[in-house]
Amino acid sequence: MKWDISKINEWKSDDFPLGAVIPDSGNSRDYVTGGWRSERPVRDDDKCTQCLFCWVYCPDSSVNVVDEKVTTFNLDHCKGCGICAKVCPSDAITMVPEGCELPEVR
Amino acid sequence: MPTQKTVAATGNTLVAEAIRQCNPDVIPAYPITPQTTVVEELAKFVANGKMHAEYVNVESEHSAMSAAVGASAAGARVATATSSQGLALMWEELHVAAGMRLPIVMFNANRALSAPINIHCDHSDVMGARDTGWIILFAETAQEAYDNTIMSFRIAENKDVLLPVMTTADGFITTHSIDRAEVMDDETVAAFVGDYVPVNALLDPSITVSHGNFAGLGGPYFEFKRSERMAIERSRGVIKSVGEEWSKISGRPFGMIESFGMEDAEIAIVVIGSTAGNARHVARDLRAKGVKAGVVKVRCFRPFPYAELAAVLSGVKAVAVMDRSESFGAEGGPLFLEVRSALYDLATRIPVVDYIYGLGGSDVKTELIDRVFNDLSDIASGAASPSGLVYLGAR
Repeated sequence: MKWDISKINEWKSDDFPLGAVIPDSGNSRDYVTGGWRSERPVRDDDKCTQCLFCWVYCPDSSVNVVDEKVTTFNLDHCKGCGICAKVCPSDAITMVPEGCELPEVR
Repeated sequence: MPTQKTVAATGNTLVAEAIRQCNPDVIPAYPITPQTTVVEELAKFVANGKMHAEYVNVESEHSAMSAAVGASAAGARVATATSSQGLALMWEELHVAAGMRLPIVMFNANRALSAPINIHCDHSDVMGARDTGWIILFAETAQEAYDNTIMSFRIAENKDVLLPVMTTADGFITTHSIDRAEVMDDETVAAFVGDYVPVNALLDPSITVSHGNFAGLGGPYFEFKRSERMAIERSRGVIKSVGEEWSKISGRPFGMIESFGMEDAEIAIVVIGSTAGNARHVARDLRAKGVKAGVVKVRCFRPFPYAELAAVLSGVKAVAVMDRSESFGAEGGPLFLEVRSALYDLATRIPVVDYIYGLGGSDVKTELIDRVFNDLSDIASGAASPSGLVYLGAR
């Protein structure tokens, strides 16, 4: 059974596991690390050739691929480094500032 | 049936013997005067097959405690030993060991810190580690160093505690002087300490666990520190009950403090470590002359026995605290601050004087203790307390 941390903000000192261990595996997925991103990638589906360069180069495995096709970016873990935009051979990815009006990309 | 053998041995030999009898799985250690003979003896035990521990030759004390943390997280019973600069070099890992709730047992041979360089006894090294979250025991004699080391494993590994324990003895005075002591048979010690059952072991295939995690930025770091505080508070009862249990087996009493003449004492010295013997010797002579002198030895410094000290000192007219380390710029040494705080809630205010003594192995002659008791007699009969702390015997 997966370690349930849904109420972690209500836990008291005694509720936390001894010595700050994490008594479970595969939970880095649950740890949201994209909060300090200042720019986010936006992909133009018309320009994209599905070469998957972005998926190969992303250092945070934040390019979501379904059936060998890029679908969305995982913004819970994307740090906005811009490598995907840099390596894209067809200029299909642009980095836009966080906080501005955006079409929903998730 | 517990069988004890009387031996003549140094404190270090007896500590090494205690560690062997408690059968640790891993010993990461680095030699430093005056701890060296402990780890030499342990290395010999391992080399000669008298102990089945993994002995790790590390390159520094920083590495020794790092390896101890790693091995303990993996699920091993871990013991090590150090002193002085070595303990200072371990400083950051001491906090890690306590924060990760790893029941590591470490012996420290109490020694001065540089500069100027000095290899002899004082308590500066241990007092520098007093806020790391370790349980800290002080031995007066080689016998007590042996007994405290055995009890340390039981205290550290208790499921209500799970904190590292530092068991200490005064460098050279206790570690290198040959003393008479009773050594328990191996089977009795093994049965007393029991098999080690680790919690959250990395090498236990039946559980999945990761150690050394991040708990910052609004995370529960604060709550983890509180649970450390709760654990060391719970250790008070465990230290007492383990002491009572070992006392029944060995015939030697172990409390958080040890009192002499306190049933009717009007003046009292509070002291830690080997000097307690000198203080009792002088108090005995004074009592023969009708002076109601008493001595309280603090055996457990962390957790600090506030209630016990307040109770035992409540009737006296003047108290001297003997500090074998400095807390530069504070009102007194580390023991003074604790003792005066322990007495604060008493209805009657008792004058407390701090004596810094014996730094860097500076000799503690009975004349010096005499002087302390004389000062106390004067204060008890109305004289003013010496202003500020007293550097006892310093030129």
